[in-house]
Amino acid sequence: MSSTPIATPVAASSGSEHFLRRALRHRSFVLGGILTALLVFAAALSLVWTPWSPYEMNLPGKLQSPSAAHWLGTDVFGRDVASLLLVGARNSILVGVIAVSIGLFIGTALGLIAAARRGWVEELIMRLSDFTFAFPAILSAIMMTAVFGAGIVNAIIAIGIFNIPTFARITRASANAIWSREFVLAARACGKGPWSITFDHVLPNVMSVLTVQITIRFAIAILAEAALSYLGLGTQPPEPSWGRMLAEAQTLLFQAPQLAVFPGVTIALAVLGLNLMGDGLRDLMDPRLARKR
Amino acid sequence: MLEVDKLSVRLQTQRGPAYAIRDVGFTLQRGGTLGLVGESGCGKSITAMALMGLLPESATVTGSIRFDGQELVGQGDTVLRRLRGNRIGMIFQEPMTALNPVHTIGDQVAEPMRLHRGLGRVAARTRTIALLERVGIGNAAGRIDAYPHQFSGGQRQRITIAMALACEPDILIADEPTTALDVTIQGQILDLIHDLVLERSMALLLISHDLGVIAQNVERMMVMYGGSVIENGSTPQVFGHMAHPYTRGLFGARPRLGAPAGTRLTTIDGTVPELVDLPAGCAFSDRCAWAQAQCVTTRPPPVTVDPGHDASCLRLDAVMAGDPQ
Repeated sequence: MSSTPIATPVAASSGSEHFLRRALRHRSFVLGGILTALLVFAAALSLVWTPWSPYEMNLPGKLQSPSAAHWLGTDVFGRDVASLLLVGARNSILVGVIAVSIGLFIGTALGLIAAARRGWVEELIMRLSDFTFAFPAILSAIMMTAVFGAGIVNAIIAIGIFNIPTFARITRASANAIWSREFVLAARACGKGPWSITFDHVLPNVMSVLTVQITIRFAIAILAEAALSYLGLGTQPPEPSWGRMLAEAQTLLFQAPQLAVFPGVTIALAVLGLNLMGDGLRDLMDPRLARKR
Repeated sequence: MLEVDKLSVRLQTQRGPAYAIRDVGFTLQRGGTLGLVGESGCGKSITAMALMGLLPESATVTGSIRFDGQELVGQGDTVLRRLRGNRIGMIFQEPMTALNPVHTIGDQVAEPMRLHRGLGRVAARTRTIALLERVGIGNAAGRIDAYPHQFSGGQRQRITIAMALACEPDILIADEPTTALDVTIQGQILDLIHDLVLERSMALLLISHDLGVIAQNVERMMVMYGGSVIENGSTPQVFGHMAHPYTRGLFGARPRLGAPAGTRLTTIDGTVPELVDLPAGCAFSDRCAWAQAQCVTTRPPPVTVDPGHDASCLRLDAVMAGDPQ
């Protein structure tokens, strides 16, 4: 930030084609975007086509190495690893979308309420989110699935609940900054009430911060789903999941290491892609960094 | 139309409660213009915010603000919201930040009309275009969908004026409307405000630290210091017959055209006291050349200088006679 030239007036938001041009020059954003697009494409593809059925076992043909028929080989039940990964992408995205949405909607609403009402309401909301934050995410997810039973729905809810305080905090901090801006005072002087100011003035101005957070939380949600499934608490068989593929591969690490490598690399790439895209978005949306590249 | 009496605002500060304004009183008739002068922190803006009901929640307001006979002090937000932007419009100091960067200017100007008048999208748009034309935005029909960053500071101030005038308010409060603009634009904006006030027979409360701005634009003026009104009269009276030592000091500190090069500006010794530390007596006593022991302990009541012109100074006779100490 220290190298930001100060002379040029900031015109960061002038036109979407300007934004696009800048985005295409941002290397990590482009790389992240490509990886994320691949992930989405894989998930979409799995809805209509997979090389083999991911549910069909073929015990005689188990633990095959990669070949023309099975590009990434077969697992301990003879299922096609490539097909499993494709369908696993779908499940990961499902978990990410729903879990992040839970956090986004509830958390943002709470943050906006806290900023609009101040006083004890803000205090209550923020202390509650501190309380939620005090438990490690995975631990509370394990606790929840232990109480309510293992399964993808409970895993999604657990991850979603952990996202709520993150979004609440970020929204409240940004919203408070917006509330102290002069255009909010001008809006109040026009007779607007706190809720219409929240929706017309505060929310649009915190959207950029939220967008960045969405991509990053999405990556974390995918990772959390993988971790829960690895522990047997997330996606249940026979539904394929990257985390469970890792868990199943663990015992065969010396006979068939590729079974652990492929899902591991896939998880890493998906998370890396989303994180790079999030970092890129943050750079692109921050007017102070707008001229840096 | 607007009667303010014994208006005081107490703020909670880190060093304890402090009076931001004390016993401010004035009346403003339809078509009347009133100026508020004083340096930063003297309570000008707090007075404006108190009129709008936009003070921070920790502020305690006492006294009375009557608008068309309706008492505003102690009213809930719902009642005040119906007045704000509808019957009372306000223009702010910083046109660069008073508009929301993510909305078009047309939407922002139309907002009060839709809010208070229930105007539909199309009707509001037509009126917005007319209003923007009136405040001097050229090709308003073509620029109504532009965003604030596409306008210059002066143009943005014109837009905020349009916003304040959208519902044809009875009172316009302009809080340092030209401070952030350069001098040539200042004149244009003030002329615009002046014309609009005449045209719509609004009342104007103009807040400024600039005596020149006040002299040219208002009929009556009040000088504030340390949260109190210390001099009050018609503009010609106050400028023709300055009574309070502070007003004299403020006037003396003005730069003058034609002064020989190298002339140093006169200053008032000392600094504005913190509101928490205001003396029991006259707030100006510690900086005043005429101050005596009684000034520190006794709050000076308003003394009539001429009919309709008074000043709050215990030593007014000595000051007017013009012999410091």
